[in-house]
Amino acid sequence: MEHIKTIVTRNLCESAKNGGCGECQTSCQSACKTSCGIANQQCEKESK
Amino acid sequence: MIHQYKLGQYNIVLDVASGAVHAVDPMAYDIIALFEEKDRDEVLCEIAGKHTASKEDIAACYDQVAALKASGQLFAPDTFAESAGVLKEKTAGVVKALCLHIAHTCNLNCAYCFASQGKYNGERSVMSYEVGKRALDFLVENSGTRRNLEVDFFGGEPLMNFDVVKKLVAYARSIEKEKNKNFRFTLTTNGLLIDDDVIDFANREMSNVVLSLDGRKEIHDRYRVDYAGNGSWERIVPKFRKLVEARGGKNYYMRGTFTHENPDFLEDIKTMLDLGFTELSMEPVVCAAGDPAELTKEDLPVVMDQYEKLAALMLERDKEGKPFTFYHYMIDLEGGPCIYKRISGCGSGTEYMAVTPWGDLYPCHQFVGDEAFRLGDIWKGVTSPETQKQFADCNVYARPDCRDCWARLYCSGGCAANAYHATGSVRGVYRYGCELFKKRMECAIMVAVDRALRE
Repeated sequence: MEHIKTIVTRNLCESAKNGGCGECQTSCQSACKTSCGIANQQCEKESK
Repeated sequence: MIHQYKLGQYNIVLDVASGAVHAVDPMAYDIIALFEEKDRDEVLCEIAGKHTASKEDIAACYDQVAALKASGQLFAPDTFAESAGVLKEKTAGVVKALCLHIAHTCNLNCAYCFASQGKYNGERSVMSYEVGKRALDFLVENSGTRRNLEVDFFGGEPLMNFDVVKKLVAYARSIEKEKNKNFRFTLTTNGLLIDDDVIDFANREMSNVVLSLDGRKEIHDRYRVDYAGNGSWERIVPKFRKLVEARGGKNYYMRGTFTHENPDFLEDIKTMLDLGFTELSMEPVVCAAGDPAELTKEDLPVVMDQYEKLAALMLERDKEGKPFTFYHYMIDLEGGPCIYKRISGCGSGTEYMAVTPWGDLYPCHQFVGDEAFRLGDIWKGVTSPETQKQFADCNVYARPDCRDCWARLYCSGGCAANAYHATGSVRGVYRYGCELFKKRMECAIMVAVDRALRE
């Protein structure tokens, strides 16, 4: 019986190897302007 | 570290360091809760007393949990602390986003405005074309190899200085090819001055438009009044509808603020939906302690409940084929930000700065007007490196309160301005905001799980 369904997610540990290009949007720019959250940011790097 | 919670029909387990998300049954949920504390036999025994499953099934479930741990998707260690300064070091001196305070004046007189009716505790002022042009040059000169540059036209009310906005966009477009840059503009407006010219321009040139609407007419008109005290709802809603209809699917946000007057803000979101808007943002008010608009301790459970109901409404509307976006529930589990972004903080004062109408630089729009945080100006650049250093050193691991928080890789340490206003330090923590943020993330992840499992 399947007890656990794992949702496909980006592996953050793996992203340490090739991330950090810095092209993504500044966190609070363009929408909220009064709080910080990076969860809703898109990665702009083409080869992740 | 893991975070477990039950929301909607789901038992969710989040593995903080790897970012893995699991939807589990009640037995797996209980096994995971015990897994790091007890050995295998103890866990199996305790679970057998609580769940009516066969011994084999319980053991199989335990082994699935163990396999996830072995593959780094549960209880993964957080080894990121030493990388916390890396991205900022790599990009030291690079500026990629400016908030242009195109007008320190406003045609509305909203008592809850964090910018003191657009004046930022100073004199009314508008940015000249020369200052704006220099700000854009400053951005290009300091953006290094970064191609995507973001510029927000902010205020006050930027449309009170619309001619300068148009000229600045034209100037930016004239240099972007030669400089190998891609400008992404945003306009934030209260809507009063929107006309066909603005609609045409905004829909052609603005990557995003942020339209301020608080939802229900009586809520909106409580704060968003003109200088004669008249509400603005009736005047702006038709303009917003026209702009959004003409926008042809390009990004926009209908952005509201909720206060102590409307902790039941879901009603305001429903009003926005009824008006036909689907890209929504609703923010807790930012104001001085003791302000009548301030959200209270008593408001907190109401707001938390509203966030859960909002998530449920999103799923309902999904099923009806009428989906909508809520800014704080946007989460891309597969394509979201890398770990460097997640631990570096929001970038205020380093890659992101605000420019006043007279060309001074501040760490972000929320620090404008507080002279102690002036970084320099667009001609000489940063002339107060010690002020900038406070922000350069700001990351999720620099805040002791964040180290043990499950949400640290989603909020990146939170808003420096909120932290400063709540605690007197940009490295502090605005706890009320944290509570709201954590609830929003739980809801956002639940919605993402539901959508992923339906696919």
